[in-house]
Amino acid sequence: MLELLRYFGLPTVSASTQGPAIDHIIALIHWLMLILFVGWGVFFIYTLIRFRESNNPKADHEGVKSHFSSYLEVAVAVFEVVLLIGFAFPIWASRVNDIPKGPEAVQIRVVAQQFAWNIHYPGSDGVFGKTSIDLVDEVENPIGLDRSDEFAKDDVFTVNQLHIPVNTAINISLSSKDVIHSFTLPELRVKQDAVPGMEIPVWFEATMTTEEFLQTTDGSAREGMGFEIACAQLCGLGHYRMKGFLTIHDDEGYAAWHEEQQEYLAEEEDDDWGDDEDW
Amino acid sequence: MYTVHHKESFWAKYIFSTDHKIIGLQYGITSLVWLLFGFTLMMIMRYQLAYPESPVPFIGGLLGDGGILPSEMYNSLGVMHGTIMIFLGVVPLAFGAFGNYFLPLQIGAIDMAFPKLNASSYWMYFVGSVIMVIGFFVPGGAANSGWTSYPPLANIATMGQTVWLFGMVMLITSSLLGSINILVTVIQLRTDGMTWLKLPIFVWGQFITAFLLILAFPPLEAAGVLQLMDRLAGTSFFMPSGLVVSGEVMTNAGGGSPLLWQHLFWFLAHPEVYVLILPAFGIVTEVMANNIRKPIWGYKALVYSMIFLGFMSFIVWAHHMYLTGMGTTIGAFFQTTTMIISIPSVVILTALLISLWGGSIRFNTPMLFALGFLPMFGIGGLTGLPLGLAASDIHLHDTYYVIGHFHYVVAPGTIFALFAGIYYWFPKMTGKRTNETLGKLHFFFSFIFMNGVFMPMFVQGLAGVSRRLWDGGEVYAHAADYLYLNEVMSVSAWLLGLAQIFFIVNMIISLKGEKTGEVNPWNATTLDWTDTTSPPLGHGNFEKIPVVHRGPYEYSVPGSKVDFIPQSEKG
Ligand code: HEM
Ligand SMILES: [Cu+2]
Ligand SMILES: [Cu+2]
Repeated sequence: MLELLRYFGLPTVSASTQGPAIDHIIALIHWLMLILFVGWGVFFIYTLIRFRESNNPKADHEGVKSHFSSYLEVAVAVFEVVLLIGFAFPIWASRVNDIPKGPEAVQIRVVAQQFAWNIHYPGSDGVFGKTSIDLVDEVENPIGLDRSDEFAKDDVFTVNQLHIPVNTAINISLSSKDVIHSFTLPELRVKQDAVPGMEIPVWFEATMTTEEFLQTTDGSAREGMGFEIACAQLCGLGHYRMKGFLTIHDDEGYAAWHEEQQEYLAEEEDDDWGDDEDW
Repeated sequence: MYTVHHKESFWAKYIFSTDHKIIGLQYGITSLVWLLFGFTLMMIMRYQLAYPESPVPFIGGLLGDGGILPSEMYNSLGVMHGTIMIFLGVVPLAFGAFGNYFLPLQIGAIDMAFPKLNASSYWMYFVGSVIMVIGFFVPGGAANSGWTSYPPLANIATMGQTVWLFGMVMLITSSLLGSINILVTVIQLRTDGMTWLKLPIFVWGQFITAFLLILAFPPLEAAGVLQLMDRLAGTSFFMPSGLVVSGEVMTNAGGGSPLLWQHLFWFLAHPEVYVLILPAFGIVTEVMANNIRKPIWGYKALVYSMIFLGFMSFIVWAHHMYLTGMGTTIGAFFQTTTMIISIPSVVILTALLISLWGGSIRFNTPMLFALGFLPMFGIGGLTGLPLGLAASDIHLHDTYYVIGHFHYVVAPGTIFALFAGIYYWFPKMTGKRTNETLGKLHFFFSFIFMNGVFMPMFVQGLAGVSRRLWDGGEVYAHAADYLYLNEVMSVSAWLLGLAQIFFIVNMIISLKGEKTGEVNPWNATTLDWTDTTSPPLGHGNFEKIPVVHRGPYEYSVPGSKVDFIPQSEKG
């Protein structure tokens, strides 16, 4: 079934630890759907042919006397109970309860806005600096980071560029500055609405680097295009282009990227960013 | 007996009438016009989706620079398509038109319980629908925040949103009046002998629909007023503190909850899908029973399932909100209720299919549409399952899979049922017959192109392509492999539009045709066919109020000379 669904659209790559479980439950439900539909369909077509007026001019007042259909209904109910208890509840419980909090997990804030994803990394101290809406400056400081805060000194933020290490638990704290967006990583089967006024945790663990992923795209229409962040919730006239990029590094690559960001930060500081002279 | 015959002016007779049949026709004609209009909006959107950023032919000049549909207008058209199809098209046709016209006839009532209320509900609907389209002409265009109007986006949207809210408040009020009327009519005005379990399924469908409307709409009406306050009076019911929009700190924001709106909205909008489907079940059952020439299998199971569906539909609403940050307990509750509600749907579909067994099946136009309904509703219902489990919804939420799912329910589902009803009752309303050849062409082409429009949506949805994208997903790599489907769907949609010409031509030539003089051309059993003329008498419906002696589907009763026994026949 999974093969069939992949043929009909489901991305072949399921690049997170929870991805395969989600694909599995999608496949199971599609089994149920397929069996019911084919069963109904065969019965439907057969009866239409057999009981057409020209073939069966006199209808039978009673019709079907057996109660086979009750078994069908019970079977559907049982299948659904199994789906719920065996698959749906555990997947959901893991999604909302197993949030990695410790130092081994990478903590990132994502602040959505019309029409961009602001990514906020805590820097080497692992603590997010203070932010304040009064400091928001759409060009220089979209998340309103307060650089005077001691934890903020080494914080890094990017726009539309999410970088994460592979095989490491990622804990994103998701929020929005303005309207509701929906943070989506289709190839990782991750999706979560970003609701203003709420900080919602989203966690996942990627199982494939961007480099590995790109090899799978060879020959397809998306050849050479890596992972994306999509916005799934209508958020205004630029909703369709609210796209971000996700880069999954191996550990060295991630460390190197971090290093690089810290260097940029140092340069910016020397440059006395935000100073009047800049204008 | 109760009939009142006196000369009336054209205005009194056709415009400000209080006769349920005239009001039914008013609803019917108005809603068909809106359906066509809502569909046209979609055909324009589909041009942009198939050929992003190329000028729309013919009407491009109306749209924007260089004839290209701008993205904010795309969003407006999306809102208006959805709103018009649901609130100005399908519900007024299924409930306002069919309910008004045929429900009193089927239960042997001379009119609705409150004729004046009935007329005022139509006129409220009319005014509400005019307000809706006025939105197109205000600065910023019509509402553009989704038909779901989620705040804060809807709160900070252009003026069109205010117009949309006023329109909705009118439309809701109209529906509330209409549903009171149906409820009281069914409870009070059933003729002698018409006990509950002798009611045609059509009446049950309307009756349960009326309950849903009257219980589900008030919260949305309240929510609509709250959103109006947020927009006009500076309150913050749905606005949390600390919003920054386009670099500006919002001054009126504070303390509200965007999710409150979603709860209130879906508390209506989930039952609303049953409002869209229950009347369709009713129509399909009538048409099927008549054309299989045997009773519907499992009448009681059908009735109880529909009632149960109605109840359950009030406790599944948050399955639209799994991804708003829902925890395990609430999540488990709504997933369980959603799975439970799928069972009566399975019962209903199975009962209708089993009914075919042993029948002597006539394939006329109404029957073709009713039969077409069954597999299409089947697909619509089944594809709801993966959306009802939170785990699979993670991937499918807000994708084209959702659009495919509910369109299978409402378009080749409900719309086919409505066509079945129109072809079935046309002889009753006019005393004339429709053309069978045109009707069949209408069916076959509609069936093919409906699937051409909606089937590919599941593929795009599985690929994770979001809905409501102005460019149909062109900027996204994960959509790249499936972009070609956009053209397939658009061409199907336009051909589907062309196929409706068969319907329009059929209606026009049939209306021009001669009366056939037949009262009951389908040899049906229910009171609307057996005890009234075609069309039924002006005010009062019946020469003689019928009395009911038997169930609604006494076809092919063993030992009877004819293959149908009217409900009103003694013995
Ligand atoms: C029969 C022809 C129809 C076609 C070809 C059609 C097509 C579409 C398409 C392609 C969309 C998605 C737009 C987007 O995501 O940007 C859409 C949205 C919508 N349609 Fe239809 N539709 C039809 C009939 C109906 C009917 C009968 C109803 C309701 C009774 C309906 C209700 C809606 C609603 C509520 C939306 C909005 C979904 C959203 O906001 O995401 N449509 N339609
Ligand atoms: Cu967005
Ligand atoms: Cu729902």
